[in-house]
Amino acid sequence: MVQLALPKNSRVQKGKHHAAPASATKVKTFKIYRYDPEGTENPRWDTYDVDLEACGPMVLDVLIHIKNDIDPTLAFRRSCREGVCGSCAMNIGGRNTLACTHGHAEVPGKDCQISPLPHMPVIKDLIPDMSMFYAQYASIEPWLHTTTPEPQTEWRQSPEDREKLDGLYECILCACCSTSCPSYWWNGDKYLGPAALLHAYRWLIDSRDEATGDRLDELEDPFKLYRCHTIMNCAQVCPKGLNPAKAIGEIKKMLVDRVV
Amino acid sequence: MASYRTPLGRARGLGAAKHGVGAWIAERVTAVALVPLVLWAVFAGLRLAATDYYGAVEWLTSSALNPVLMGLFVIVGFMHMHAGLRVVIEDYIEKHLTRAGLLLLNLFACSLIGALAVFSILKVALGGAY
Repeated sequence: MVQLALPKNSRVQKGKHHAAPASATKVKTFKIYRYDPEGTENPRWDTYDVDLEACGPMVLDVLIHIKNDIDPTLAFRRSCREGVCGSCAMNIGGRNTLACTHGHAEVPGKDCQISPLPHMPVIKDLIPDMSMFYAQYASIEPWLHTTTPEPQTEWRQSPEDREKLDGLYECILCACCSTSCPSYWWNGDKYLGPAALLHAYRWLIDSRDEATGDRLDELEDPFKLYRCHTIMNCAQVCPKGLNPAKAIGEIKKMLVDRVV
Repeated sequence: MASYRTPLGRARGLGAAKHGVGAWIAERVTAVALVPLVLWAVFAGLRLAATDYYGAVEWLTSSALNPVLMGLFVIVGFMHMHAGLRVVIEDYIEKHLTRAGLLLLNLFACSLIGALAVFSILKVALGGAY
């Protein structure tokens, strides 16, 4: 059966509490998942009372403030701080999103709980191991496949055909969608997940690509593609507002078009 | 033991099975077929509930349509049930042997119960039930 309870050494314990300075006026508590692979201890929830006047409006601002001024041992990924790189994807207030584009005021309730992307191996604190996720993306061969000799200039595409890539090319591979998908949780070793499949569709409908049939061959599989049951978590959490479930539906339609 | 297999090697795994669209179409086709069949079955059930055994036999033997539709309802219904349970097993059962065993059990149970139901309908409809 699917493992519903965490194994003993993964159960999250109560951790340290970091109180706010006495001068703080506007305090919000952040409950953050901590795990140190070098120690022998279980993961723990640390709580930080943060003075919101001392930091910017986004959850990433809070995390940077915690790391700079409260607890330098906290580990998380971040880079562009404007929703372009996808590094700071994490689970905030029970929902996968980017810390840099999610305001702490948007999180309902008094406390804000922050944990790594669900159901991924944790490297440290809020940093998940993304190697399988990236490998699944690589496995769909996200580049142009052609047999026709390369033209002197560029491969040409009409504006109408280019428009078909809108809503797909914007994906930043933050993994919010795949790690919110129960099918990906239970069968993530075989199911490609919404992100990889959205990219697969991006190449399937690229008018310049000549390997559409081969790509469909590689996707037609009870697990790689058909684990999608249109649960729609992917579309709900996508911080870029994309709809991977729709792209997967389009792939399923293309497979039907081949046989009907 | 540490595995030195690369992530790409693991992601590619055994490759694509190159089937699945047939099962996907079958799920949808049986679902569509069941819409009128279930409506008819509700109507038939209400009608049979209002009569006794001999009335039911009379109803089943009175025309070709009633036993045929009842047989189709049972066959398509069990096909759809088999497909649905198959997805549940594939989703939630991780251990390979358990998964394969349950898939077989699902197939055998659905076939057996479906075949018994079809046989019973035929037996009554062809006049062997009095």
